[in-house]
Amino acid sequence: MKIYGVSILAGCFLVGHILGDQLGKSFGMTGNLGGVGFAMLILILFNDYFKKKGILKPETESGMLFWSTMYIPVVVAMSASQNVKAALSGGWVALFVGVFATAACYALVPIVIKFVKNKTQQ
Amino acid sequence: MKDLAGILDKNGLVFAFLFVGVVMYLSYIISKKLTNHKIPGAAIAISVGLILAYFGGGEKGLASVPAFSGLAILGGSMMRDFAIVATAMGASFSEIKKTGLVGIFCLVIGTVIAFVIGGCIGYALGYTDAKSFATIGGGACTFIVGPITGGAVGASSEVIAISIAIGVIKSVIVTISTPFFAKKLGISDPQSAMIFGGVVGSTSGVSAGLAATDIKLVPYGALTATFHTAMGCLLCPSILYFIVNKILGA
Repeated sequence: MKIYGVSILAGCFLVGHILGDQLGKSFGMTGNLGGVGFAMLILILFNDYFKKKGILKPETESGMLFWSTMYIPVVVAMSASQNVKAALSGGWVALFVGVFATAACYALVPIVIKFVKNKTQQ
Repeated sequence: MKDLAGILDKNGLVFAFLFVGVVMYLSYIISKKLTNHKIPGAAIAISVGLILAYFGGGEKGLASVPAFSGLAILGGSMMRDFAIVATAMGASFSEIKKTGLVGIFCLVIGTVIAFVIGGCIGYALGYTDAKSFATIGGGACTFIVGPITGGAVGASSEVIAISIAIGVIKSVIVTISTPFFAKKLGISDPQSAMIFGGVVGSTSGVSAGLAATDIKLVPYGALTATFHTAMGCLLCPSILYFIVNKILGA
């Protein structure tokens, strides 16, 4: 049943959040540190293990896949509910950061590719 | 009219489903007809969301209008985190293991570079506290990492909105420019596509950009780009924020 997939997803989500919360506390902060990242890693490892074993049924999987396809719509709703008026006063901040950060990443790509190719050829 | 607004207000989440669906439908048509897929439909839809939030006004953007209050539920942190965790379904650990340590190295270095550059520019432009630094730096990773970092460290809605805008700008730049730069950057095979996705990170940008470059490379770039978001969500609100917090002071 699809709900099994949704349940597994919810379980990974909550365990990730608990871990993130504990990590936050250990740093003396109230926030959740990396909970979403932990949850994603748990889900990836979980899926990998159970797919290999062939236990994960397509029907169960489709319960999770539905939510993964919902992420863009959710992000659209999220952006529609932000305080954009206040952010627009810093609109050029977004433009500057966006352009320069992307350029920096681009500059890095050929260096890493060269580095990797050299390594693998050795 | 008053009755209608009342019904929409009471059934906010359901109306949000309808509303977001319509926005996305129109955005994907615009992407196809007006830009020939050069700007991804997702990026247009998110931009439309930000524009609507501007005209809706208020602390919660368009969700400040009672009939649209459901947008704050659908786009709230719980649903957002839940849907984003689900995207990890598209990634397989054994695939990334094939690229091995190099893949993880790409993810870490791409995340750190975007975070540091983004945060520093934000700092230079007046966002000097650790929370804003981390959120803007997160936004420079992807439009997901920014709000997740902002939510975790408790940044203001204004800074979170900026971080989303940064991520959207990055996604648009990557989509449009990838076909032009692909050769110069050396993106020609699955391995280099994976490196590109891992370092640059914007999933929608990378997959749309690679689709326009060479359709065969899309899954490889998209795979590492997905991990980039996970890595960003893992590193930015935790260790990177911790370091920034130490340097800038609480």
